[in-house]
Amino acid sequence: MSTVTNTQKKAPAGERVADWADGRLGIYTLAKANMRKIFPDHWSFMLGEVCLYSFLIIILTGVYLTMFFHPSMNEVEYVGPYVPLQGQLMSEAFNSTMHISFEVRGGLLIRQIHHWAALIFLAGMFVHMMRVFFTGAFRKPREINWLFGFLLFFLGMFTGFTGYSLPDDLLSGTGVRFMQGAILSVPVLGTYLSMFLFGGEFPGGDFVARFYSAHVLLLPGIMLGLVVAHLILVFVHKHTQFAGPGRTNDNVVGMPLLPVYMAKAGGFFFLVFGVIAVIAAIASINPIWAIGPYRPDQVSTGAQPDWYMGFAEGLIRVMPGWEINLWGHTLVLGVMIPLAIFPAVLAAIAVYPFIESWITGDKREHHIAQRPRNAPTRTAFGVAWITAYMIMLVGGGNDLWATHFHLSLNSITWFVRIFFFAGPVIAFVATKRICLGLQRRDKDKVLHGRESGIIKRLPHGEFVEVHEPLSQGELHRLTAHEQYAAAELPPAVDENGVERKIGAMEKLRVKLNKGYYGEDSQVAKPTVEEYKEIQSGHGHH
Amino acid sequence: MKKLSARRRHPLAAVVVLLLALAATGGLYAAFAPAGTAKADETAQSLAIEEGKKLYSVGCASCHGTGGQGTSDGPSLVGVGSAAVDFQVGTGRMPAQQPGAQVPRKKVIYSQAEIDQLAAYVASLGAGPIKPTEGQYSPDGADIAKGGELFRTNCAQCHNFTGEGGALTYGKYAPSLEGVDPKHLYEAMQTGPQNMPSFPDTTMPEKEKKDIIAYVQAVNSDSSASPGGLKLGGLGPVSEGLFAWVFGLGALIAVAIWVAAHTAKAKKS
Repeated sequence: MSTVTNTQKKAPAGERVADWADGRLGIYTLAKANMRKIFPDHWSFMLGEVCLYSFLIIILTGVYLTMFFHPSMNEVEYVGPYVPLQGQLMSEAFNSTMHISFEVRGGLLIRQIHHWAALIFLAGMFVHMMRVFFTGAFRKPREINWLFGFLLFFLGMFTGFTGYSLPDDLLSGTGVRFMQGAILSVPVLGTYLSMFLFGGEFPGGDFVARFYSAHVLLLPGIMLGLVVAHLILVFVHKHTQFAGPGRTNDNVVGMPLLPVYMAKAGGFFFLVFGVIAVIAAIASINPIWAIGPYRPDQVSTGAQPDWYMGFAEGLIRVMPGWEINLWGHTLVLGVMIPLAIFPAVLAAIAVYPFIESWITGDKREHHIAQRPRNAPTRTAFGVAWITAYMIMLVGGGNDLWATHFHLSLNSITWFVRIFFFAGPVIAFVATKRICLGLQRRDKDKVLHGRESGIIKRLPHGEFVEVHEPLSQGELHRLTAHEQYAAAELPPAVDENGVERKIGAMEKLRVKLNKGYYGEDSQVAKPTVEEYKEIQSGHGHH
Repeated sequence: MKKLSARRRHPLAAVVVLLLALAATGGLYAAFAPAGTAKADETAQSLAIEEGKKLYSVGCASCHGTGGQGTSDGPSLVGVGSAAVDFQVGTGRMPAQQPGAQVPRKKVIYSQAEIDQLAAYVASLGAGPIKPTEGQYSPDGADIAKGGELFRTNCAQCHNFTGEGGALTYGKYAPSLEGVDPKHLYEAMQTGPQNMPSFPDTTMPEKEKKDIIAYVQAVNSDSSASPGGLKLGGLGPVSEGLFAWVFGLGALIAVAIWVAAHTAKAKKS
């Protein structure tokens, strides 16, 4: 028995800890399944990480801010160190934000990190969403995850808006007043909704406390749940990858989660935190001391919301002030129409995956990310959408465009009115043309090779440029994409001579499908025969 | 008393009252008016008007008319007062370079002495707001916080929270107040140049003007502090959003590309 006691040495500490935990949490099975999970490598796949990390930074800094912020609208007199406000009456919310900015240790830096991270979070989500859109990474099985992501962007806008309103400063108070005006424009329900939300007439004494619970509890709670669901689905579906040698629709080529991806992701978190902290340390954001406390009788020029609400601001700014008076009631079309367009434009991008899958009729799974040029109509639609969005951002900042570029405010407003409709059309046509041009270039490269820059003089005096054939991998990369054949309506009369009944929706679907995949909407990719034929005739270019 | 009231309808009563009144005013004038200096001032004043008129004929008359009566190219200057001249010429706005939506602030081309002469001439055309003395506009001892409140109530709609300026219709604008002389701030409020409404002492007393000047000096001058770092123009969320996209997200994308480019590679050896 003595030999047994000798050989049974104590296991290393790490192993013992792992064993202890496994016995209680069952982490071995979990780790075994996921530790070697593969993630493909591409910089654009890290945009989602930027969002995740800035979200975490917002939560961390937000917790610090809640320790000092008083979500109350009780009126107090300012006695803090900032001279130009001393003796002014303000709400406790504003007063405590001043306290955070000037007296709490690190308070101003944390406030600025919180706010800059919020702007970057929303911008990151916008770009991440566009990456997914343009590469077709929303296709089956990822449509639900696309909706989760869209909801995160949408809720992020309102979490940002409620947070921006909390300090009760003159700028955000004007924003809340703007929102209240939009609510009031809803027919019949508007006044009730407004009274309910503000607990009486605007501004009342309740909205800061109510926005506070929405901002720190309700909205981030839902968002956190959505983030977790979003990540679980990424795990379940596995990440998409770009076409390349060895990469198929059925595999994932990349680095394992542990240790490579974990180390990279962990390091990237600190890089994101670092960049945001540096920006917060050098640039001021929302300087409420310069803005002053909110009073409903005061307003300043240049009263804009944070950028993610600039689209809504633009809609209101450029909309003509139409209204209809009926039986003593006013219908404020000048506000109501923008209020309706705002969610409609956002919804257009949200439901796009379902529309595309309906048009293509393709119910297969797709795990290869497309190159935007190989889906010209979709890419054109996306660029058109961004154009409309950006034009409205111009509208939202029309006063600053006017002062900084010495233009007339009225001309800018008219420009935005016209180009909100014309801009997307121009962008759509131009983008589609560019995509088709790029497809032709790819085809040319595949068939004739890459321009080498070497000029050869032939014996009879002609100069030609030598083209180098592409590598096998590159040839694969440029030709891996699938091309749909345009749908056709079945013959109007079936084989028995009976007239076929085709629904209006089906006719529309086929028409749209032809628009997507017809002759004018894609360049047929080179076939093997074409390639062989060209390659066999050496010396011809 | 009875005697006096009995004689108040006497035919000579009015004469007596008149004589007494004349004696009183004459006596008061003699007591208070230093005759010699008044005369000297008057001479200096008329000299200044004379000189001002000459300057006016050269630099201003082509638009404002030879007698300040105004033409189709420029408004009448009767009754604008010396404060308006001191503001318009002292900030370089006048003489205007070209017609347009608004005459911008530019390099001052007259000396202060010449401006005073021009002001004297224009003031002589009709009574108007008088150029303030230093005691009137100096922000010393004014209430900055009260000025801030007044500024946000009366000025911020056009000039922005801290006087960074803002847009008006058809290319007009409220200019930035950065680096504007307290005297010119005072005169602008007093006279309401171009598109600005005027705030005479009846609606905004001298003390409140001083408070506003003190506030503008505190928040929008070279010496005003920006505790949060770069002000980004003090323009609010538009410049902040642009900064977040360009430098925030831009830097993060650059970092992402860098990280992705330095991936662990399977060693081929």
